[in-house]
Amino acid sequence: MTDSLMMVLPEEILSIGSIVLMLIAAWGGQASTRMISWVAVAVLAGATIALLGPASSGGVAFDGLFRADAFAAFSKVLIYGATAVAILLAPRFFKQTSGDDLRPEYPVLLLLSACGMGMMVSAGDLLVLYVGLELQSLAAYVLASFMRRDTRSAEAGLKYFVLGALASGILLYGISLVYGFSGSTVFPQIATAYGAGHSLGLVFGLVFVFAGLAFKISAVPFHMWTPDVYEGAPTPVTAFFASAPKVAAMGLAVRVAVEAMGPAVDQWRQIVIFASLASIIFGAVAAIGQTNVKRLLAYSSINNVGFVLVGLAAGTQAGVAAVLFYLTVYVVMTLGSFLVVLQMRDAEGQPVETIASLSGMSRTRPGLALAMAIFMFSLAGIPPLLGFNAKLAVFDAATAAGLYPLAVVGFVASVIGAYYYLRVVKVMYFDEPVDAGFPKSGDIVEGGLITAAAVFVSPIGWLLLAPLGLATMAAARSLF
Amino acid sequence: MIQAFAFYLFAIIVIASAVLTITARNPVHAVLWLILAFFNAAGLMVLVGAEFIAMLLVIVYVGAVAVLFLFVVMMLNIDFAELRAGFVRYALIGLAFAVALAAEIMIAFGAWSAGAIELGRRAAPTPDTVPNIEALGLLLYSRYLFVFEGAGLVLLVAMIGAIVLTHRERSGVRPQNINRQVKRRPQDATRNARPTVGQGIEL
Repeated sequence: MTDSLMMVLPEEILSIGSIVLMLIAAWGGQASTRMISWVAVAVLAGATIALLGPASSGGVAFDGLFRADAFAAFSKVLIYGATAVAILLAPRFFKQTSGDDLRPEYPVLLLLSACGMGMMVSAGDLLVLYVGLELQSLAAYVLASFMRRDTRSAEAGLKYFVLGALASGILLYGISLVYGFSGSTVFPQIATAYGAGHSLGLVFGLVFVFAGLAFKISAVPFHMWTPDVYEGAPTPVTAFFASAPKVAAMGLAVRVAVEAMGPAVDQWRQIVIFASLASIIFGAVAAIGQTNVKRLLAYSSINNVGFVLVGLAAGTQAGVAAVLFYLTVYVVMTLGSFLVVLQMRDAEGQPVETIASLSGMSRTRPGLALAMAIFMFSLAGIPPLLGFNAKLAVFDAATAAGLYPLAVVGFVASVIGAYYYLRVVKVMYFDEPVDAGFPKSGDIVEGGLITAAAVFVSPIGWLLLAPLGLATMAAARSLF
Repeated sequence: MIQAFAFYLFAIIVIASAVLTITARNPVHAVLWLILAFFNAAGLMVLVGAEFIAMLLVIVYVGAVAVLFLFVVMMLNIDFAELRAGFVRYALIGLAFAVALAAEIMIAFGAWSAGAIELGRRAAPTPDTVPNIEALGLLLYSRYLFVFEGAGLVLLVAMIGAIVLTHRERSGVRPQNINRQVKRRPQDATRNARPTVGQGIEL
């Protein structure tokens, strides 16, 4: 039992930390928000440090319920980092935006959500999978409607909740079928059942489980909620939705696909290939007509999920490593883009979200425009930025597994996707400025984060390719 | 002998109170009949050796669900006469649902006894020597401890979320401040004055 408790140390730190912070918030009230935010970031840092111990190498905890391996540890570093950024972004956004103030529950809910996401990527059992997923989603529903006086935010929360509940139902139905026909909820035993022959019930269960997971990663055809929720939720929350939960759900999907349903690779590969191609093409085409930056980034995230799924479709160790590498680059690019969106404010300091308001930013805010251009070029997958290497890695894995048609179609569709990313750059650099431009915030934390993200995806980031490659390979090896 | 007697007693009361639940004119009486049905169903569960489900029925259904019904019935002003007015109109479709449900039960039972669906072996068969409450407790607090704690966190998030979304600081209300009331002393509240006749007093 002590061994098991050591392996779940990051989750313990997060859950105990969030409960203590909730108590502090209950007595400290509104005034304690800023302090609680910083302590929450420290708690996340503590959980990341705890990953150095048995949490990343311990193996199996609680009789197979929980996996403490390199794959989980790698995903958790990404998740905790993205969550910390989402906490840091919030205070200034809520302070300057008229409406609700930031309440201390925001960092607490993010911590609990991070705990749930940690459970998701470490799940070794369908029960842990479901409980972790619900912990993450439930906190996310509340966060989406955190600005109670904003009707768009309330709508986003409600929409997310109703559709998320539906997806949970689909997932649970699949889980019950898998459990009923394999007789176990532990991943290795489910894999044994799939290896012994695919009964109709097992295949049905697989389809429903993948449908539920596709909703959580917002892959087409389960993507409908994404643009509305991303547009309506407060921008720091949207930045969070686009980063950490995507990593967690994707990590969960990889783990289920490889560890629980590995022998049924031919069955789930069809689903993954379809979802992947549909997401890439739909994400690229539907984004063309968008005028709102947040909606554009929502379609961009759908598009990117398609590319991540290309790596999963390969179903090989190299494919999983490519998935992790793509997710790392994607999280940095997306968080960077949302950080730039957070700087978009009119003269009164209220947030603006239209792409047209970016026009002429290269003259009014040259540094910010350069950063945004780097993120857009990288998301489009144009070399020598890191987004290109990420796309290269997933396509490389797909061709190595013999999936040439998938790689070719995905490659062509990524050219369509480049159009709308480049349109943003065009608006920033070649259109006349409409007004004085966005006021400077002078916030050191956000400026530093934008710079760090831009440097990471710029060619300087190539220095990190070797260590990242080693880490992703080690993480992928722990699954096979 | 005694088992058979208890079974028929419980079974008859369950059916009778279920019928009375539907036919009762007063909605409060209907809920009370429902509670009686739950209690007797719990008795039936004890008879077949599923004492955990019996406890669940009493604690969850009687203790929470039925009492919630009672609250709703008593607090909302529902016009039950109007609700009942559509009975004949919906009788046919209701009957169709009943037939479908009955057919499903029969088909499922037939398929199960024919062994058509091969379900996997059970990972955790019920132990024979341990009563099932104890067996469930052993599973929940040892093997599935991690999931159990996780479920606790889910409930915590639900609670925090409900408060975040609905709680509002009310300004302009004047709640009782006991501390201030206790601290108030006579000399702060009263003033001695000696008004001269016909002058009145400034307060």
